[in-house]
Amino acid sequence: MDSAPSDNAATYLGSNTQTLVKVLVAGPFGVGKTTFIRALSETAPLHTEETMTQASASVDSLLGVRDKVTTTVAMDFGRRTLTDDLVLYLFGTPGQRRFKPLWEDVSRGALGALVLVDTRRLGDSFEVIDMIEESGMPYAVAVNTFDDAPRHEPEVLRDHLDLDPRTPLVTCDARDAVSAVDALIALVTHLLADPPDGAPDGSVPAAGSEVGRGTATAGEGGR
Amino acid sequence: MATGGRAVPSRNTFDRLTLLSAAGGPLPGRPTPAQRRLAELVGGGPLSLAEAAAYLALPVSVVRVLVADLVDLGVLHARAPVPRAEQHDQRLLERVLSGLRAIR
Repeated sequence: MDSAPSDNAATYLGSNTQTLVKVLVAGPFGVGKTTFIRALSETAPLHTEETMTQASASVDSLLGVRDKVTTTVAMDFGRRTLTDDLVLYLFGTPGQRRFKPLWEDVSRGALGALVLVDTRRLGDSFEVIDMIEESGMPYAVAVNTFDDAPRHEPEVLRDHLDLDPRTPLVTCDARDAVSAVDALIALVTHLLADPPDGAPDGSVPAAGSEVGRGTATAGEGGR
Repeated sequence: MATGGRAVPSRNTFDRLTLLSAAGGPLPGRPTPAQRRLAELVGGGPLSLAEAAAYLALPVSVVRVLVADLVDLGVLHARAPVPRAEQHDQRLLERVLSGLRAIR
């Protein structure tokens, strides 16, 4: 009857899997999110089709039709088993504000975000960084080192991106697994060292539970 | 098989990383083609909800509904991605960190 894509053989989780954790890999189109996920993932990156309905007032239509439009976005993700019972998922997340509802759904329960930036198009990353800061989600920034991209001093980049001094800024080659792991290590080290202080809307931790205020002690006063 | 015997979460809490596994119950009555495909897929082993959606080429929102149906029917188990005891636990982050160092 229904022609199921049965040749798309599933790579199942191990039977001891207990804990699935999520990190967002965020950034504008073309910054290397899927490349990063592919470098780390134990399976080929998967994707879900997401439908967004929105007013098209900002869409410059030749016909002058101003109506609801439905946009389909492919969300790439991958997974990497860390230990017998612990699996890390990486979700590529577009950075545009028009995808905010999708962003909120995908980011639920995420440990944090790694924001990829391209020094040839720094401005493209402002929107995603703004959105993450509004959400209160902790993040680190990784400069994806494209071969022909200009190299900047870290302090210049920090200044351009208006980063908090505590936010890690690293460089990585998204094609390289070790380099990609190093960027994630920088993020998780940051999460451990610098728990988010009073996330504005508390959207970071898993569904339905209190924000982990017990751990939010350090770093209140000094900026 | 991981069951944990935990209560079924209310439907809108199904996360992309909700852990799906077979509950052992048969597909009753007249399942829809989508219900049957999901049951067969997860019958092969545990998967996250997002992976099930990707393999079935169905939107996540649709798979959330299918999961709720099949949990109610006793066909699937659905478990929170992070066991309650580990939520907001620094030790979870430490485990992630040491896991990352181990695969480096």
